[in-house]
Amino acid sequence: MTQAIQTQTALSSAATFTALKCKECGEEYELKATHVCEFCFGPLEVTYDYSKLSQTVTRETIQAGPNSIWRYRPFLPVETDTPIDVGTGMTPLVQANRLARRLGLKKLFIKNDAVNMPTLSFKDRVVSVALTRARELGFSTVSCASTGNLANSTAAIAAHAGLDCCVFIPADLEAGKILGTLIYGPTVMAVQGNYDQVNRLCCEVANSHGWGFVNINLRPYYSEGSKTLGYEVAEQLGWQLPDHIVAPLASGSLFSKIYKGFQEFIKVGLVEEKAVRFSGAQAEGCSPIAQAFREGRDFVTPVKPNTIAKSIAIGNPADGVYAVDIARKTNGNIESVNDAEIIEGIKLLAETEGIFTETAGGTTIAVLKKLVEAGKIDPEETTVTYITGNGLKTQEAVQGYIGEPLTIEPKLDSFERALERSHTLGRLEWQQVLV
Amino acid sequence: MAVKVLIPTPLQKFTKDQAAIECDGGTITELLDSLEQNFPGIKARLCDDQGELRRFVNFYVNSEDIRFLDGKQTSLSEGDEVSIVPAVAGG
Repeated sequence: MTQAIQTQTALSSAATFTALKCKECGEEYELKATHVCEFCFGPLEVTYDYSKLSQTVTRETIQAGPNSIWRYRPFLPVETDTPIDVGTGMTPLVQANRLARRLGLKKLFIKNDAVNMPTLSFKDRVVSVALTRARELGFSTVSCASTGNLANSTAAIAAHAGLDCCVFIPADLEAGKILGTLIYGPTVMAVQGNYDQVNRLCCEVANSHGWGFVNINLRPYYSEGSKTLGYEVAEQLGWQLPDHIVAPLASGSLFSKIYKGFQEFIKVGLVEEKAVRFSGAQAEGCSPIAQAFREGRDFVTPVKPNTIAKSIAIGNPADGVYAVDIARKTNGNIESVNDAEIIEGIKLLAETEGIFTETAGGTTIAVLKKLVEAGKIDPEETTVTYITGNGLKTQEAVQGYIGEPLTIEPKLDSFERALERSHTLGRLEWQQVLV
Repeated sequence: MAVKVLIPTPLQKFTKDQAAIECDGGTITELLDSLEQNFPGIKARLCDDQGELRRFVNFYVNSEDIRFLDGKQTSLSEGDEVSIVPAVAGG
Protein backbone atom coordinates (compact mmCIF):
# COMPACT_ATOMS: atom_id res chain seq x y z
CA MET A 1 0.00 0.00 0.00
CA THR A 2 3.05 2.20 -0.20
CA GLN A 3 2.54 5.34 -2.20
CA ALA A 4 5.02 7.41 -4.11
CA ILE A 5 6.13 10.64 -2.52
CA GLN A 6 4.46 13.69 -3.96
CA THR A 7 4.50 17.24 -2.80
CA GLN A 8 1.56 19.58 -3.14
CA THR A 9 1.74 23.26 -2.54
CA ALA A 10 -1.72 24.74 -3.08
CA LEU A 11 -4.73 23.59 -1.08
CA SER A 12 -6.48 21.19 -3.43
CA SER A 13 -10.15 21.65 -4.15
CA ALA A 14 -10.86 18.25 -2.59
CA ALA A 15 -9.49 19.39 0.77
CA THR A 16 -12.14 19.43 3.46
CA PHE A 17 -10.15 21.13 6.20
CA THR A 18 -10.44 24.86 6.30
CA ALA A 19 -8.43 26.55 9.04
CA LEU A 20 -6.68 26.29 12.38
CA LYS A 21 -8.86 27.66 15.17
CA CYS A 22 -7.99 28.39 18.79
CA LYS A 23 -9.93 26.12 21.10
CA GLU A 24 -9.97 28.84 23.75
CA CYS A 25 -10.69 32.16 22.05
CA GLY A 26 -11.75 31.10 18.55
CA GLU A 27 -9.09 33.09 16.68
CA GLU A 28 -8.42 31.55 13.26
CA TYR A 29 -5.08 30.93 11.58
CA GLU A 30 -3.77 29.78 8.22
CA LEU A 31 -3.05 26.09 7.75
CA LYS A 32 0.66 26.36 8.50
CA ALA A 33 3.01 24.67 10.97
CA THR A 34 1.84 26.42 14.10
CA HIS A 35 0.14 25.13 17.20
CA VAL A 36 -0.41 28.00 19.63
CA CYS A 37 -2.78 30.95 19.55
CA GLU A 38 -0.82 34.19 19.46
CA PHE A 39 -3.41 35.92 21.60
CA CYS A 40 -4.13 33.54 24.47
CA PHE A 41 -1.64 30.66 23.99
CA GLY A 42 -4.56 28.25 23.59
CA PRO A 43 -4.20 25.15 21.42
CA LEU A 44 -5.06 25.36 17.72
CA GLU A 45 -7.36 22.75 16.23
CA VAL A 46 -8.18 21.91 12.62
CA THR A 47 -11.66 22.87 11.40
CA TYR A 48 -13.50 21.19 8.55
CA ASP A 49 -16.26 21.95 6.08
CA TYR A 50 -18.80 19.52 7.53
CA SER A 51 -21.49 20.29 4.97
CA LYS A 52 -19.06 19.28 2.23
CA LEU A 53 -18.20 16.13 4.20
CA SER A 54 -21.90 15.29 4.62
CA GLN A 55 -22.42 15.57 0.89
CA THR A 56 -19.41 13.55 -0.20
CA VAL A 57 -18.73 10.91 2.44
CA THR A 58 -20.91 7.84 2.96
CA ARG A 59 -20.43 4.50 4.67
CA GLU A 60 -19.88 3.05 1.22
CA THR A 61 -17.19 5.52 0.18
CA ILE A 62 -15.35 4.78 3.41
CA GLN A 63 -15.65 1.03 2.98
CA ALA A 64 -14.34 1.31 -0.56
CA GLY A 65 -11.18 2.98 0.74
CA PRO A 66 -7.91 1.39 1.80
CA ASN A 67 -7.72 -0.95 4.80
CA SER A 68 -5.95 1.71 6.84
CA ILE A 69 -6.64 5.05 8.53
CA TRP A 70 -6.67 6.63 5.07
CA ARG A 71 -10.17 5.26 4.41
CA TYR A 72 -11.13 8.31 6.54
CA ARG A 73 -8.92 10.72 4.59
CA PRO A 74 -11.64 13.40 4.14
CA PHE A 75 -11.72 13.69 7.96
CA LEU A 76 -7.95 14.13 8.18
CA PRO A 77 -6.01 17.37 7.62
CA VAL A 78 -4.04 16.50 4.50
CA GLU A 79 -4.50 17.63 0.92
CA THR A 80 -2.88 14.83 -0.99
CA ASP A 81 -4.60 11.79 -2.44
CA THR A 82 -1.38 9.85 -1.89
CA PRO A 83 -0.70 10.09 1.84
CA ILE A 84 2.04 8.10 3.55
CA ASP A 85 0.24 4.79 3.91
CA VAL A 86 2.21 2.15 5.79
CA GLY A 87 -0.88 0.14 6.63
CA THR A 88 -1.60 2.03 9.81
CA GLY A 89 -4.96 1.50 11.48
CA MET A 90 -7.90 -0.87 11.04
CA THR A 91 -6.61 -2.85 13.98
CA PRO A 92 -8.81 -5.60 15.46
CA LEU A 93 -11.80 -4.80 17.64
CA VAL A 94 -11.85 -7.96 19.73
CA GLN A 95 -14.93 -9.04 21.63
CA ALA A 96 -13.37 -9.86 24.98
CA ASN A 97 -15.76 -12.44 26.40
CA ARG A 98 -13.38 -14.08 28.85
CA LEU A 99 -12.20 -10.78 30.31
CA ALA A 100 -15.81 -9.59 30.40
CA ARG A 101 -16.88 -12.65 32.40
CA ARG A 102 -13.98 -12.23 34.78
CA LEU A 103 -14.97 -8.63 35.42
CA GLY A 104 -18.72 -9.13 35.38
CA LEU A 105 -19.48 -7.27 32.16
CA LYS A 106 -21.69 -8.49 29.33
CA LYS A 107 -20.36 -6.76 26.24
CA LEU A 108 -16.73 -5.73 26.34
CA PHE A 109 -14.48 -5.01 23.37
CA ILE A 110 -10.75 -4.40 23.15
CA LYS A 111 -9.55 -2.03 20.44
CA ASN A 112 -6.17 -3.61 19.94
CA ASP A 113 -3.60 -1.08 18.83
CA ALA A 114 -0.87 -3.26 20.34
CA VAL A 115 -0.77 -4.63 16.80
CA ASN A 116 -0.98 -1.33 14.95
CA MET A 117 1.45 -1.01 12.05
CA PRO A 118 4.30 -0.42 11.62
CA THR A 119 5.57 0.08 15.19
CA LEU A 120 2.91 -1.53 17.39
CA SER A 121 1.28 1.46 19.04
CA PHE A 122 -1.47 3.97 18.29
CA LYS A 123 1.24 6.54 17.58
CA ASP A 124 1.51 5.26 14.02
CA ARG A 125 -1.88 6.87 13.40
CA VAL A 126 -0.86 10.36 14.46
CA VAL A 127 2.57 10.13 12.87
CA SER A 128 1.18 8.98 9.50
CA VAL A 129 -0.95 12.12 9.45
CA ALA A 130 1.77 14.43 10.80
CA LEU A 131 4.43 13.31 8.34
CA THR A 132 2.07 13.46 5.39
CA ARG A 133 1.28 17.04 6.39
CA ALA A 134 4.97 17.77 7.10
CA ARG A 135 5.76 16.81 3.53
CA GLU A 136 3.00 19.06 2.24
CA LEU A 137 4.36 21.95 4.27
CA GLY A 138 7.85 21.39 2.88
CA PHE A 139 9.72 20.01 5.89
CA SER A 140 12.72 17.81 5.23
CA THR A 141 13.54 17.07 8.89
CA VAL A 142 10.99 15.78 11.38
CA SER A 143 11.29 15.44 15.12
CA CYS A 144 9.37 14.76 18.31
CA ALA A 145 9.45 14.74 22.10
CA SER A 146 8.61 11.18 23.05
CA THR A 147 8.09 8.76 25.92
CA GLY A 148 9.14 5.98 23.52
CA ASN A 149 6.31 4.88 21.28
CA LEU A 150 6.21 8.16 19.40
CA ALA A 151 9.96 8.02 18.79
CA ASN A 152 9.59 4.49 17.39
CA SER A 153 6.85 5.61 15.08
CA THR A 154 8.36 8.90 13.94
CA ALA A 155 11.69 7.23 13.17
CA ALA A 156 10.09 4.34 11.27
CA ILE A 157 7.67 6.34 9.16
CA ALA A 158 10.29 9.05 8.48
CA ALA A 159 12.56 6.28 7.20
CA HIS A 160 9.78 5.05 4.92
CA ALA A 161 9.07 8.56 3.66
CA GLY A 162 12.74 9.49 3.22
CA LEU A 163 12.65 12.31 5.75
CA ASP A 164 15.54 13.18 8.06
CA CYS A 165 14.68 12.48 11.68
CA CYS A 166 15.91 13.59 15.09
CA VAL A 167 14.00 12.41 18.15
CA PHE A 168 14.19 13.37 21.82
CA ILE A 169 13.48 10.89 24.63
CA PRO A 170 14.06 10.70 28.38
CA ALA A 171 17.35 8.82 28.90
CA ASP A 172 15.82 6.25 31.27
CA LEU A 173 13.34 4.66 28.82
CA GLU A 174 12.85 0.91 28.50
CA ALA A 175 15.56 -0.76 26.39
CA GLY A 176 13.06 -2.03 23.82
CA LYS A 177 11.83 1.46 23.10
CA ILE A 178 15.33 2.85 22.61
CA LEU A 179 16.42 -0.03 20.38
CA GLY A 180 13.12 0.17 18.53
CA THR A 181 13.98 3.74 17.58
CA LEU A 182 17.70 3.42 16.85
CA ILE A 183 17.12 0.64 14.32
CA TYR A 184 15.58 3.09 11.85
CA GLY A 185 18.69 5.27 11.88
CA PRO A 186 17.49 8.60 13.24
CA THR A 187 19.50 10.88 15.50
CA VAL A 188 18.36 10.04 19.03
CA MET A 189 18.82 12.59 21.80
CA ALA A 190 18.52 10.83 25.18
CA VAL A 191 17.82 13.73 27.53
CA GLN A 192 18.80 13.43 31.18
CA GLY A 193 15.44 14.39 32.55
CA ASN A 194 11.78 13.40 32.60
CA TYR A 195 9.38 13.71 29.68
CA ASP A 196 8.22 17.17 30.67
CA GLN A 197 11.78 18.40 30.59
CA VAL A 198 12.28 16.76 27.18
CA ASN A 199 9.13 18.46 25.98
CA ARG A 200 10.21 21.89 27.19
CA LEU A 201 13.60 21.49 25.55
CA CYS A 202 11.92 20.50 22.28
CA CYS A 203 9.71 23.60 22.41
CA GLU A 204 12.87 25.68 22.58
CA VAL A 205 14.50 23.72 19.75
CA ALA A 206 11.34 24.05 17.65
CA ASN A 207 11.61 27.82 18.05
CA SER A 208 15.01 27.91 16.47
CA HIS A 209 15.61 24.99 14.11
CA GLY A 210 12.80 25.03 11.58
CA TRP A 211 12.08 21.33 11.96
CA GLY A 212 8.68 19.73 11.83
CA PHE A 213 8.05 18.57 15.40
CA VAL A 214 5.09 16.26 15.11
CA ASN A 215 3.79 17.01 18.59
CA ILE A 216 4.75 20.67 18.73
CA ASN A 217 4.43 22.84 15.63
CA LEU A 218 2.63 20.07 13.68
CA ARG A 219 0.49 19.11 16.68
CA PRO A 220 -2.86 20.36 15.31
CA TYR A 221 -2.48 17.97 12.34
CA TYR A 222 -0.80 15.16 14.26
CA SER A 223 -3.43 14.94 16.97
CA GLU A 224 -6.23 14.59 14.42
CA GLY A 225 -4.85 11.13 13.61
CA SER A 226 -6.23 9.86 16.92
CA LYS A 227 -9.76 10.49 15.70
CA THR A 228 -9.40 7.35 13.61
CA LEU A 229 -9.57 5.34 16.85
CA GLY A 230 -13.09 6.69 17.19
CA TYR A 231 -14.05 6.17 13.55
CA GLU A 232 -12.80 2.59 13.43
CA VAL A 233 -14.64 1.54 16.55
CA ALA A 234 -17.87 3.04 15.18
CA GLU A 235 -17.42 1.28 11.85
CA GLN A 236 -16.36 -2.03 13.42
CA LEU A 237 -19.38 -2.00 15.72
CA GLY A 238 -21.57 -1.89 12.62
CA TRP A 239 -21.80 1.88 12.28
CA GLN A 240 -22.88 2.54 15.81
CA LEU A 241 -21.28 4.05 18.86
CA PRO A 242 -20.50 2.17 22.09
CA ASP A 243 -22.06 3.15 25.42
CA HIS A 244 -18.80 3.62 27.28
CA ILE A 245 -15.12 3.88 26.39
CA VAL A 246 -12.09 3.54 28.63
CA ALA A 247 -8.77 4.94 27.40
CA PRO A 248 -5.37 5.82 28.86
CA LEU A 249 -4.58 9.47 29.61
CA ALA A 250 -1.13 10.92 29.08
CA SER A 251 -1.44 14.39 27.56
CA GLY A 252 -5.20 13.90 27.22
CA SER A 253 -5.08 14.39 23.46
CA LEU A 254 -6.06 10.84 22.45
CA PHE A 255 -9.08 11.00 24.74
CA SER A 256 -10.37 14.28 23.36
CA LYS A 257 -9.78 13.21 19.76
CA ILE A 258 -11.74 9.96 20.16
CA TYR A 259 -14.53 12.20 21.43
CA LYS A 260 -14.15 14.52 18.44
CA GLY A 261 -14.21 11.50 16.10
CA PHE A 262 -17.52 10.27 17.49
CA GLN A 263 -19.02 13.77 17.34
CA GLU A 264 -17.95 14.20 13.71
CA PHE A 265 -19.51 10.90 12.66
CA ILE A 266 -22.76 12.01 14.30
CA LYS A 267 -22.54 15.43 12.67
CA VAL A 268 -22.20 14.08 9.12
CA GLY A 269 -24.82 11.39 9.64
CA LEU A 270 -22.62 8.28 9.54
CA VAL A 271 -23.89 7.09 12.94
CA GLU A 272 -26.92 7.83 15.07
CA GLU A 273 -26.53 10.27 17.89
CA LYS A 274 -25.73 8.65 21.20
CA ALA A 275 -24.36 9.74 24.56
CA VAL A 276 -21.08 7.87 24.96
CA ARG A 277 -19.49 7.87 28.42
CA PHE A 278 -15.75 8.61 28.47
CA SER A 279 -13.57 7.23 31.27
CA GLY A 280 -9.82 7.79 31.52
CA ALA A 281 -6.97 5.84 33.08
CA GLN A 282 -3.82 7.15 34.74
CA ALA A 283 -1.01 5.65 36.78
CA GLU A 284 -1.06 6.75 40.40
CA GLY A 285 2.59 7.81 40.14
CA CYS A 286 1.61 10.32 37.46
CA SER A 287 -2.04 11.22 37.79
CA PRO A 288 -2.45 14.99 37.50
CA ILE A 289 -5.62 14.63 35.41
CA ALA A 290 -7.21 12.09 37.76
CA GLN A 291 -6.42 14.38 40.70
CA ALA A 292 -8.05 17.38 39.01
CA PHE A 293 -11.11 15.26 38.20
CA ARG A 294 -11.36 13.90 41.74
CA GLU A 295 -11.00 17.32 43.32
CA GLY A 296 -13.50 18.98 41.01
CA ARG A 297 -10.92 21.39 39.62
CA ASP A 298 -10.98 22.90 36.13
CA PHE A 299 -7.20 23.25 36.03
CA VAL A 300 -4.49 20.61 36.16
CA THR A 301 -1.60 21.00 38.59
CA PRO A 302 1.60 19.45 37.22
CA VAL A 303 3.32 16.58 39.05
CA LYS A 304 6.72 14.87 38.86
CA PRO A 305 6.18 11.38 37.47
CA ASN A 306 7.22 8.25 39.33
CA THR A 307 5.67 5.15 37.78
CA ILE A 308 6.53 2.12 35.67
CA ALA A 309 3.97 3.35 33.13
CA LYS A 310 6.53 5.52 31.38
CA SER A 311 4.65 5.85 28.12
CA ILE A 312 1.90 7.81 29.86
CA ALA A 313 4.11 9.56 32.41
CA ILE A 314 3.38 13.15 31.46
CA GLY A 315 3.34 15.32 34.55
CA ASN A 316 2.27 18.47 32.73
CA PRO A 317 -0.43 17.29 30.31
CA ALA A 318 -1.28 19.73 27.52
CA ASP A 319 -4.87 18.59 27.03
CA GLY A 320 -5.56 17.62 30.63
CA VAL A 321 -8.27 20.22 31.12
CA TYR A 322 -10.12 19.01 28.04
CA ALA A 323 -9.98 15.41 29.23
CA VAL A 324 -11.45 16.43 32.60
CA ASP A 325 -14.18 18.35 30.84
CA ILE A 326 -15.12 15.43 28.56
CA ALA A 327 -15.19 12.89 31.40
CA ARG A 328 -17.48 15.20 33.39
CA LYS A 329 -19.89 16.11 30.64
CA THR A 330 -20.26 12.50 29.46
CA ASN A 331 -20.85 11.18 32.97
CA GLY A 332 -17.60 9.23 32.85
CA ASN A 333 -14.76 8.94 35.36
CA ILE A 334 -11.01 9.33 35.60
CA GLU A 335 -9.27 6.86 37.88
CA SER A 336 -5.71 5.95 38.75
CA VAL A 337 -4.07 2.67 39.76
CA ASN A 338 -0.73 1.83 41.35
CA ASP A 339 2.18 0.00 39.75
CA ALA A 340 1.24 -3.38 41.24
CA GLU A 341 -2.26 -3.04 39.82
CA ILE A 342 -0.79 -2.09 36.44
CA ILE A 343 1.23 -5.32 36.33
CA GLU A 344 -1.85 -7.29 37.32
CA GLY A 345 -3.73 -5.51 34.54
CA ILE A 346 -1.13 -6.54 31.96
CA LYS A 347 -1.33 -10.16 33.17
CA LEU A 348 -5.12 -10.18 33.28
CA LEU A 349 -5.45 -9.06 29.66
CA ALA A 350 -2.80 -11.53 28.53
CA GLU A 351 -4.29 -14.49 30.40
CA THR A 352 -7.89 -13.84 29.40
CA GLU A 353 -7.59 -12.50 25.88
CA GLY A 354 -4.13 -13.40 24.59
CA ILE A 355 -3.15 -9.77 24.19
CA PHE A 356 0.22 -8.66 25.55
CA THR A 357 0.09 -4.95 26.23
CA GLU A 358 2.56 -2.52 27.69
CA THR A 359 2.23 -0.61 30.95
CA ALA A 360 -0.23 1.94 29.53
CA GLY A 361 -2.54 -0.94 28.59
CA GLY A 362 -2.07 -2.51 32.02
CA THR A 363 -3.12 0.83 33.51
CA THR A 364 -6.22 0.92 31.33
CA ILE A 365 -7.26 -2.64 32.17
CA ALA A 366 -6.66 -2.07 35.88
CA VAL A 367 -8.77 1.08 35.79
CA LEU A 368 -11.48 -0.77 33.85
CA LYS A 369 -11.53 -3.38 36.64
CA LYS A 370 -11.60 -0.71 39.32
CA LEU A 371 -14.49 1.12 37.67
CA VAL A 372 -16.52 -2.07 37.30
CA GLU A 373 -15.90 -3.01 40.92
CA ALA A 374 -17.01 0.46 42.00
CA GLY A 375 -20.22 0.13 40.00
CA LYS A 376 -19.15 2.91 37.65
CA ILE A 377 -19.58 0.79 34.52
CA ASP A 378 -22.98 -0.82 34.05
CA PRO A 379 -22.62 -4.52 33.09
CA GLU A 380 -25.18 -3.94 30.33
CA GLU A 381 -23.15 -1.19 28.68
CA THR A 382 -21.30 -1.92 25.45
CA THR A 383 -17.83 -0.94 26.62
CA VAL A 384 -14.75 -0.43 24.47
CA THR A 385 -11.32 -0.38 26.07
CA TYR A 386 -8.46 1.09 24.09
CA ILE A 387 -5.17 -0.81 24.25
CA THR A 388 -2.62 1.52 22.70
CA GLY A 389 0.76 -0.21 22.95
CA ASN A 390 2.60 -3.54 22.85
CA GLY A 391 4.04 -5.41 25.84
CA LEU A 392 7.11 -6.66 24.01
CA LYS A 393 8.47 -3.12 24.25
CA THR A 394 8.30 -2.90 28.06
CA GLN A 395 9.38 -6.38 29.15
CA GLU A 396 11.24 -5.00 32.17
CA ALA A 397 7.92 -4.06 33.73
CA VAL A 398 6.71 -7.64 34.13
CA GLN A 399 10.03 -9.43 34.51
CA GLY A 400 9.95 -11.30 37.82
CA TYR A 401 6.16 -11.31 38.05
CA ILE A 402 5.24 -13.96 35.51
CA GLY A 403 7.14 -17.05 36.64
CA GLU A 404 9.83 -18.96 34.78
CA PRO A 405 9.79 -21.89 32.37
CA LEU A 406 9.99 -25.38 33.89
CA THR A 407 13.48 -26.55 33.02
CA ILE A 408 13.62 -30.30 32.41
CA GLU A 409 15.98 -32.91 31.04
CA PRO A 410 15.32 -34.19 27.50
CA LYS A 411 13.71 -37.33 28.91
CA LEU A 412 10.09 -38.42 28.99
CA ASP A 413 10.10 -39.24 32.69
CA SER A 414 11.53 -35.83 33.51
CA PHE A 415 8.68 -34.25 31.57
CA GLU A 416 6.07 -36.50 33.23
CA ARG A 417 7.35 -35.67 36.71
CA ALA A 418 7.41 -31.97 35.90
CA LEU A 419 3.88 -32.06 34.51
CA GLU A 420 2.56 -33.92 37.53
CA ARG A 421 4.16 -31.54 39.94
CA SER A 422 3.03 -28.51 37.94
CA HIS A 423 -0.53 -29.65 38.49
CA THR A 424 -0.07 -29.84 42.21
CA LEU A 425 2.25 -26.95 42.91
CA GLY A 426 1.52 -23.32 42.41
CA ARG A 427 3.34 -22.00 39.41
CA LEU A 428 5.35 -19.54 41.45
CA GLU A 429 6.78 -22.34 43.55
CA TRP A 430 8.09 -23.92 40.40
CA GLN A 431 10.16 -20.97 39.41
CA GLN A 432 13.42 -22.13 40.86
CA VAL A 433 12.87 -25.87 40.60
CA LEU A 434 15.10 -27.92 38.33
CA VAL A 435 13.25 -31.14 37.80
CA MET B 1 18.70 41.83 38.64
CA ALA B 2 19.39 40.98 34.99
CA VAL B 3 18.06 37.65 33.81
CA LYS B 4 17.94 36.01 30.41
CA VAL B 5 14.44 35.40 29.06
CA LEU B 6 13.71 32.92 26.27
CA ILE B 7 10.82 34.17 24.15
CA PRO B 8 8.60 31.69 22.30
CA THR B 9 7.83 32.21 18.62
CA PRO B 10 4.29 33.61 19.13
CA LEU B 11 5.72 36.48 21.19
CA GLN B 12 8.77 37.27 19.12
CA LYS B 13 6.92 39.91 17.13
CA PHE B 14 7.02 41.98 20.35
CA THR B 15 10.76 41.50 20.73
CA LYS B 16 11.69 42.30 17.13
CA ASP B 17 12.20 38.60 16.41
CA GLN B 18 14.68 38.14 19.21
CA ALA B 19 14.39 34.65 20.74
CA ALA B 20 16.33 35.64 23.87
CA ILE B 21 16.46 38.96 25.68
CA GLU B 22 17.94 40.41 28.87
CA CYS B 23 15.48 41.81 31.36
CA ASP B 24 15.27 42.93 34.99
CA GLY B 25 13.15 41.65 37.85
CA GLY B 26 13.53 40.22 41.33
CA THR B 27 10.48 37.96 40.90
CA ILE B 28 8.38 36.66 38.03
CA THR B 29 5.77 39.33 38.81
CA GLU B 30 8.39 42.06 38.52
CA LEU B 31 9.79 40.47 35.40
CA LEU B 32 6.34 40.64 33.77
CA ASP B 33 6.13 44.36 34.48
CA SER B 34 9.62 44.88 33.18
CA LEU B 35 8.83 42.95 30.01
CA GLU B 36 5.76 45.13 29.50
CA GLN B 37 7.82 48.30 29.85
CA ASN B 38 10.32 47.14 27.27
CA PHE B 39 7.87 45.44 24.92
CA PRO B 40 4.45 47.07 25.32
CA GLY B 41 1.56 44.68 24.83
CA ILE B 42 3.43 41.50 25.73
CA LYS B 43 1.96 41.18 29.23
CA ALA B 44 -1.61 40.97 27.98
CA ARG B 45 -0.63 37.92 25.97
CA LEU B 46 0.82 36.22 29.04
CA CYS B 47 -1.74 37.23 31.67
CA ASP B 48 -5.52 37.32 31.73
CA ASP B 49 -7.67 40.31 32.72
CA GLN B 50 -7.14 39.55 36.42
CA GLY B 51 -3.38 39.64 35.95
CA GLU B 52 -3.01 35.89 36.46
CA LEU B 53 -0.81 33.86 34.12
CA ARG B 54 -2.90 32.32 31.35
CA ARG B 55 -3.50 28.61 31.82
CA PHE B 56 -1.68 27.67 28.64
CA VAL B 57 1.55 29.52 29.48
CA ASN B 58 4.35 27.86 31.40
CA PHE B 59 7.24 29.68 33.04
CA TYR B 60 10.48 27.93 33.93
CA VAL B 61 13.36 29.30 35.99
CA ASN B 62 16.58 27.47 35.23
CA SER B 63 14.48 24.65 33.72
CA GLU B 64 12.19 24.27 36.75
CA ASP B 65 8.45 24.91 36.34
CA ILE B 66 7.55 27.84 38.62
CA ARG B 67 4.53 25.87 39.84
CA PHE B 68 7.05 23.65 41.65
CA LEU B 69 8.70 26.81 43.04
CA ASP B 70 6.80 29.85 44.34
CA GLY B 71 4.67 30.57 41.29
CA LYS B 72 4.68 34.22 40.31
CA GLN B 73 6.51 35.06 43.54
CA THR B 74 9.48 32.87 42.56
CA SER B 75 12.57 34.97 43.17
CA LEU B 76 15.15 35.53 40.46
CA SER B 77 18.90 35.90 40.78
CA GLU B 78 21.44 37.55 38.54
CA GLY B 79 22.10 35.34 35.53
CA ASP B 80 19.02 33.14 35.90
CA GLU B 81 17.42 31.85 32.73
CA VAL B 82 13.67 32.25 32.47
CA SER B 83 11.96 30.29 29.75
CA ILE B 84 8.43 31.11 28.59
CA VAL B 85 6.94 28.05 26.91
CA PRO B 86 3.48 27.44 25.48
CA ALA B 87 1.85 24.65 27.48
CA VAL B 88 0.27 23.03 24.49
CA ALA B 89 2.86 20.57 23.29
CA GLY B 90 3.74 16.95 23.55
CA GLY B 91 1.80 13.81 24.19
